[in-house]
Amino acid sequence: MTISVNPPVTATPPGFGAQDMVRRSASSIPPPARQPEPVTKLIDVSKCIGCKACQVACLEWNDLQHDEEIGVNVGVYENPHDLTPNTWTLMRFTEWVNPDTDNLEWLIRKDGCMHCADPGCLKACPSPGAIVQYSNGIVDFDHEKCIGCGYCVKGCPFNIPRISNVTHRAYKCSLCSDRVAVGQGPACAKACPTKAIVFGTRSDMEKHAAGRITDLKSRGFDKAGLYNPPGVGGTHVMYVLHHADRPHLYAGLPDNPRISPLVEIWKGMAKYAGLAVMGLTAAFGFLHHVVAGANRVTEHDEEEAERLTEDRAA
Amino acid sequence: MSGSEADLRIGPATDDAHPRVTVGRYSVFTRVNHWILALSFVLLALSGLALFHPSFFGLTVLFGGGQTTRWLHPMIGVVLLLAWIVMFVRYARFNLPENTDFAWLKGVRAVLRGDDDALPEVGRYNAGQKLVFWAFTLLVPGLFLTGLVIWDEYFYDWTSIPQKRVAVLAHALFAIGMITVWIVHAYAAIWVRGTIRAMTRGYVTGGWAFRHHRKWLRELVAGRRSRPSPRVG
Repeated sequence: MTISVNPPVTATPPGFGAQDMVRRSASSIPPPARQPEPVTKLIDVSKCIGCKACQVACLEWNDLQHDEEIGVNVGVYENPHDLTPNTWTLMRFTEWVNPDTDNLEWLIRKDGCMHCADPGCLKACPSPGAIVQYSNGIVDFDHEKCIGCGYCVKGCPFNIPRISNVTHRAYKCSLCSDRVAVGQGPACAKACPTKAIVFGTRSDMEKHAAGRITDLKSRGFDKAGLYNPPGVGGTHVMYVLHHADRPHLYAGLPDNPRISPLVEIWKGMAKYAGLAVMGLTAAFGFLHHVVAGANRVTEHDEEEAERLTEDRAA
Repeated sequence: MSGSEADLRIGPATDDAHPRVTVGRYSVFTRVNHWILALSFVLLALSGLALFHPSFFGLTVLFGGGQTTRWLHPMIGVVLLLAWIVMFVRYARFNLPENTDFAWLKGVRAVLRGDDDALPEVGRYNAGQKLVFWAFTLLVPGLFLTGLVIWDEYFYDWTSIPQKRVAVLAHALFAIGMITVWIVHAYAAIWVRGTIRAMTRGYVTGGWAFRHHRKWLRELVAGRRSRPSPRVG
């Protein structure tokens, strides 16, 4: 785990970059030459105290302006009320009475991009290179190339990307790709006072999660488990949940997220079938003209028209 | 039928001695409206294809980049909708189905051969033209409504993300239909020589009307007799 290591004070070349892309929106690219061990952020909701230090660290590191309206309270702890173009991570609070124990449980989940292995946002994006996925698992937005169409919003199974109506570009958690590139963990993990957020290699995080789940089970949370949904090929942000059998309890975390079949058809069959239908229609027209020739008015037609009009004019 | 749309002129035409009979088909208003529709359609198709398939993304340079394409596309869509409403209101009555339409459609082989004599006499529009008209009538509002749902800049809050997913797929499918029908429409106008003049100069030759829309020509001739001052030049 990298979070306890202080950053280097000398200039460090980035550990990964364009040569490490495995997917690039609206483009096909060759596979990268090397495969580093994937990284993962693990969020243990059972350790979270809801302090929002991660939210603050995210704003601070990513230099985001807090542009939320002041003075609105709708009776929940969430602040702001939703992810925004400037809020890439958000603590979501759920008050739930466990029917088995009759205990009030305060379920707190840090919401943000899950960095899916099969990212719906990237699949939906029409702009070449505006969304990229690196071999270490990070899914990142390139704002220079973003056209603000909002297709990523429709592609995402977790309702994460937000389009700014000021810059007309899409924003979401980058997993602090700039920090990870120089061997640092994400800002949220660094700031977390209880180490509910930890970051490291995939295998380390799986081991750490297994230990936490064993611990939770020994404390009576027999449904404790890891949230790493297979419907999106697994995620590079995983949760340890005390009620892993019911992810939806945690502010609507999808039980079995997957890219919507509508999006799959739109970005799959419709694309190829659509071009085929339009192309074949044009090809038919071309062939028809070659075979049948132009449909011309003959001199006979002109004479007939003349006769018809003269007969009546007389 | 309005006088300005269908004037029958017999005798030397204004610009050449041949043909001898010309038939007015579209007024200036109709033609301008048509070309507004045509231009907005072409711009929508180019910008829409750019956002639909990566192979066409390069078309965004025609509009000044991806950001401008994203902004402009729905704006042009509103122009097309308004022009289509004008077209629909003025032309729906000429596109109502008739009994002979079915016989015309059954003779599709003769249609493709260009053998108009093997087909029933056609009024102002044949069944193929009517089908194009009604296809556009379904597709234009369909594209507009699904387009509104995914016009996130102004209407994001009006619908949910699952609704937007339905709309974005339907919008793509409708657009494929629209472009396909447009290919048929444009090809037919090119294939049947003398047709495009109706939309540029506003008239067709008597021979064109006799060959392709004989019933329409007969009606015009008959109607002219009953009018007080036939325009015979």
